[in-house]
Amino acid sequence: MLDKRMSAAEIAAQIKDGMTVGIGGWGPRRKPMALVRELLRSDVKDLTVVAYGGADVGMLCAAGKVRKLVFAFVSLDAIPLEPWFRKSRESGALEVLELDEGMFQWGLKAAAFGLPFLPTRVGLGTDLAALGGLKTVQSPYDDGETLIAMPALKLDVALLHVNRSDRRGNVQVFGPDSYYDEWFAKAAAKTFVSCEELVDRMEDHYPEQARDNLFERCFVSGVIEMPGGAHPSSMPPHYGWDMKAFKAYAAAAKDPGDWSAVQDRFVGANEADYLNSIGGKEAVAALPLPIF
Amino acid sequence: MNQITTISTITLAELCIFAASEAFRGNGEVIATGVGPVPRLAAGLAKLTHSPELMMTDGEAYLVEQPVPIGPRAYDDRKPAGYLPFSRFFDSAVWTGRRHAMVTPTQLDRFGQINLSYMGGTYRQPKTQMLGVRGFPGNTIYHANSFFFPAHGPRVFVPGEVDMISGVGYNPAKRVAGGNYSGVDLKSIVTNLCVMDFGGENNAIRVVSLHPGVTFEDVQEATGFPLEKAPEITVTPLPDAEALAVIAALDPHDIRATVIKDNPPAVRA
Repeated sequence: MLDKRMSAAEIAAQIKDGMTVGIGGWGPRRKPMALVRELLRSDVKDLTVVAYGGADVGMLCAAGKVRKLVFAFVSLDAIPLEPWFRKSRESGALEVLELDEGMFQWGLKAAAFGLPFLPTRVGLGTDLAALGGLKTVQSPYDDGETLIAMPALKLDVALLHVNRSDRRGNVQVFGPDSYYDEWFAKAAAKTFVSCEELVDRMEDHYPEQARDNLFERCFVSGVIEMPGGAHPSSMPPHYGWDMKAFKAYAAAAKDPGDWSAVQDRFVGANEADYLNSIGGKEAVAALPLPIF
Repeated sequence: MNQITTISTITLAELCIFAASEAFRGNGEVIATGVGPVPRLAAGLAKLTHSPELMMTDGEAYLVEQPVPIGPRAYDDRKPAGYLPFSRFFDSAVWTGRRHAMVTPTQLDRFGQINLSYMGGTYRQPKTQMLGVRGFPGNTIYHANSFFFPAHGPRVFVPGEVDMISGVGYNPAKRVAGGNYSGVDLKSIVTNLCVMDFGGENNAIRVVSLHPGVTFEDVQEATGFPLEKAPEITVTPLPDAEALAVIAALDPHDIRATVIKDNPPAVRA
């Protein structure tokens, strides 16, 4: 039987210096943080990171892993300004492409469909196009409209955290919102998926939930079971975000704010150590879902 | 006597919520999004009083017909009637123009251009990094937008232009030939001093009502660019008893009291 199971180290080893890595989720929600922590434990560098950013982006920036960031925001919601991202930006360390949230997913869709760009009105009348080097196209039809050509955001690798998968990469994604995870999967040459629960054959366990198969297994290159793998971000319906952990992480960015001195607290030597340090996966599972 | 007592207890935040709810009147079946306590309460107030056709989310992914109160509450108090997750927000609400958002950017200039990305420095090395442009470039070219500012001043209403144009305004220098700007629709600006709109010459910002006790000169002095005056500047009306009851129900923890510095009364002493 097709078996895409991999270890976290094997997944991290697929990500080479200079690659473009898309990270699913949105701000403090549904982030593949366990896989991000694995990257932080590796020697990889010079990444181009493409994300609706939260602590994933903040940590990778703080650790000096990011050469270029493609983003529309980086935020922890209740802590609106992501402090480690902010420090990196204000130090001039990052090359950036700043995009509107909608243009961003449009670029993923262009990549998914193998198109060089998709046209949009979004960006006209703002500084985005001039600052980001985005060009315009003219409609060839009678309207002749001038539009921004949003370039494809082609990813070498996408990292996602989902609720369930089987060994073949048949995923099931629950929770109120899956954000743009399916488009990260389709925009990437390879997508690696961590999950709260891994089963051998989905059809033998949860056939009645096949509607929740957000994207097909041809878009999945590797899977790994990592319960609590989104911590400290939220993973509904399993657990909410860990605001205490986010606050500690944000506080650590204050002077001197040296990531190398604090990385161990927020990343750990390995994932088992990390989970132990926060009270185990049971403590993660007990985190209440956020209320808006 | 009772009447006077009541008026003296109405806060400026409540007056702003009442004024801001007017921006959502007669919008039709669009998603009313209020970001922050005053805009969110304003959208809820509009839906529960004069504009029940408005649509709104629970702040997450579901559409609700009963606006969700702000602040701590039980998770399952929400009663979804529909579904509008971020995963289809652009398809359904933004890029179809079926939305009116009220937000609080960091800066706004005389063209209605807004900024929430960064201040000072350069694109590569900003002096102060803020949120990022988020969805503002798309929001402002596709659907209606209004603004709320709790502290009207020249750091918000900047002279010249905003540092990083994150939202489309009415600046002719930023129009490219052949671009379609027909969706640009900046409606209302509510502040702790006044209500303004974009009804002046070439969409210039003008004062339409002054909060009780505030003069046009007060507003002009707190603004980094010249303001126009509506033909008849009125006094912003106080919320009525029905509105106050709705506001209280939607904000049971009185979070609105924290929005404007010192939570002043609606009528200046």
